[in-house]
Amino acid sequence: MLGLLWLIPIAPLVGFLILVSTEGRLSPRNVSWVGVGSIGIAALLTGLIGATFLNSPMEPFTQVLWTWMSVGGFAPQIAFYLDALSLNMMFVITGVGFLIHVYSVGYMRGDAGFSRFFAYMNLFVFAMLVLVLADNLVLLFLGWEGVGLCSYLLIGFWYDNPENGYAARKAFIVTRVGDTAMALGLFLLFKHLDTLEIQPLMERASENWESGSTLAVVTALLLLGGAVGKSAQLPLQTWLPDAMAGPTPVSALIHAATMVTAGVYLIARTHVLFSLAPDVQLAVGMVGAATLLISGVTALTQTDIKRVLAYSTISQVGYMFLALGVGAWSAAIFHLMTHAFFKALLFMAAGAVILALHHEQDIYKMGGLWRRLPVAFWTFLIGACALVAMPMTAGYFSKHEILLTAFDNGPSGVGLWIAGVLGALLTAIYSSKLVLIVFFGHQSTKTSEKLDINLHVPLVILAVLSLFGALLRIPLDSVLPEPAQGEEIAGWAEWVTNALPLIGIGLALLIYGTRSISLEHWLTKPIAERLQRFWFDGWGLDWLYDRLLVRPYCAIAKLNHRDVVDFLYTGLATIIRGCHLLTTRTQTGQLRWYAASMLLGTLLVIAIGLFT
Amino acid sequence: MNTIPMTHGLALAAMLFSIGLTGVLVRRNILFVLMSIELMLNAAGLAFVFAGARWGQADGQIFFLLILTLAAAEVGVALGLVLQIYRRFGSLDVDAISEMKG
Repeated sequence: MLGLLWLIPIAPLVGFLILVSTEGRLSPRNVSWVGVGSIGIAALLTGLIGATFLNSPMEPFTQVLWTWMSVGGFAPQIAFYLDALSLNMMFVITGVGFLIHVYSVGYMRGDAGFSRFFAYMNLFVFAMLVLVLADNLVLLFLGWEGVGLCSYLLIGFWYDNPENGYAARKAFIVTRVGDTAMALGLFLLFKHLDTLEIQPLMERASENWESGSTLAVVTALLLLGGAVGKSAQLPLQTWLPDAMAGPTPVSALIHAATMVTAGVYLIARTHVLFSLAPDVQLAVGMVGAATLLISGVTALTQTDIKRVLAYSTISQVGYMFLALGVGAWSAAIFHLMTHAFFKALLFMAAGAVILALHHEQDIYKMGGLWRRLPVAFWTFLIGACALVAMPMTAGYFSKHEILLTAFDNGPSGVGLWIAGVLGALLTAIYSSKLVLIVFFGHQSTKTSEKLDINLHVPLVILAVLSLFGALLRIPLDSVLPEPAQGEEIAGWAEWVTNALPLIGIGLALLIYGTRSISLEHWLTKPIAERLQRFWFDGWGLDWLYDRLLVRPYCAIAKLNHRDVVDFLYTGLATIIRGCHLLTTRTQTGQLRWYAASMLLGTLLVIAIGLFT
Repeated sequence: MNTIPMTHGLALAAMLFSIGLTGVLVRRNILFVLMSIELMLNAAGLAFVFAGARWGQADGQIFFLLILTLAAAEVGVALGLVLQIYRRFGSLDVDAISEMKG
């Protein structure tokens, strides 16, 4: 059964090839069969293989397909590696991915690029599966770049709007910064440890490198750079909110459930390296904490429903980084899974709302939708509850495990815990605000469309998963070490962790629901307006990067728009052309001029003959 | 019999040559240019004759005969060309015929 592992990534690849080679000549019906069916096959196989694997002693399984290239001592293989961690990721990718594909059939109906959309989506799932199944870091990097490419293609899916193309380029270039760091990390690892196969690499690293040695720190930092870029963490998070230019299923699949969590997967996969560099591991946690606070505040000020969810995603991935930072490896992956459920659900419910309102995304133009879009309302509410970590939802278990492990992790851990619970408070406020403004209040926009059954079924399934998904947790102790158990966690810490989300919901109810607390007085003050402006723009990072990098680069490019190097060659040509012009001046066509120059020449020759 | 001194003869030849050369350079009518060239050829022939007389050899006079035939042939060709030029350009001004300039 495990021998069928290679079929899982191949199925979406075949789907992609069929859709690409037919160039949109298939009927939409057949396109949906191919596009969704390929992911369905992958999901089915994942289920079968997963069941077999979980019922076995969970020994890692490697399937070597062929040697990719053999250069000197460097021979990476096309090989897939199955263990509990990659199985977990595969469940998320194919399971949630399948539901999102089903949803897309309804969401993208009638779009001119229907076939192209599914081709890109299938290619994405293929690349993502390669990423998580890769046995060596080179193959992982192939998948890593593949998902980046698909992200670019899908953000710019509606390419006739130049802004979408700009957002796509921004996402591609910003993540490229991280990818460059990661590539450097791979070079360094290969140079010093002589292999890039993940398992031998980790063993050699722990044998050859001492804890805290420079090489371990540098490589871990470089890998962290890659993870930060892909997972939209501080300081490279600016691309994700703009990535919402893509269709909503893309936001759900790529920019919430799977691709943005690739960084978390990478760090968990190379956790040995990060354990060897405790300072870097702490940095991971601090990056997560800072990101989750900053983006939580930003989410509070956004008015576009998808941008709120985008900042919320950044903040939730921040929690995963925080978990990695305190060594709660399996909690991070657990949160990755539950987050995939509820954030995909939130995006898709938001997509249903957007579709019903004819692509209106401003939350202040929505309102009172709960009666007219009951399915979207209830599922969105469930998703929001899981996001807020209301007790007994899936998000509750994962987030609490993270926060309590952080609290247990020494003084630095307590700092991270404080950031985490504050973030939970912010999460509660902005999520409740979103629900209250979008679904309650007076209704201002007319809905007309009857929503598809295709849209509703995945929403309901994901809602169930958001409630009970915690039961699907796969034991990861065979791959990832458990965090060291400290003394009993103080009761008050647990209380605070439980209470802050509820306080947040209460606050939001008072402010946005019953309006018993009025912020008008505060918000109209100039300083508050400025602060809100600052937060709305994502803490000015875009502005900063624009001034610091984009504009100087454009200025230099403008200066150099006639390539400096070319001056040498054009200069040579100019000199020769000048000489040519000078000599043509002597060709006057006048007989007497020629005679005179002959005379002069003769005199010159005679003079030379006489005087030398 | 008094012989003309060598220097006088050569000076005469040089003067004739210079006059011819000046004519070539300053004249614009192509016929006068041709006549100036004849003058220069004859100056060269005169120099040969003087030199032959000075050394008592016949070579100089033979060379003069050669130059004479050469000049005749040259004039034959040149006058043909002049006729063609006049037909084509309607003018004998050498400055006007400058179509070969670069």
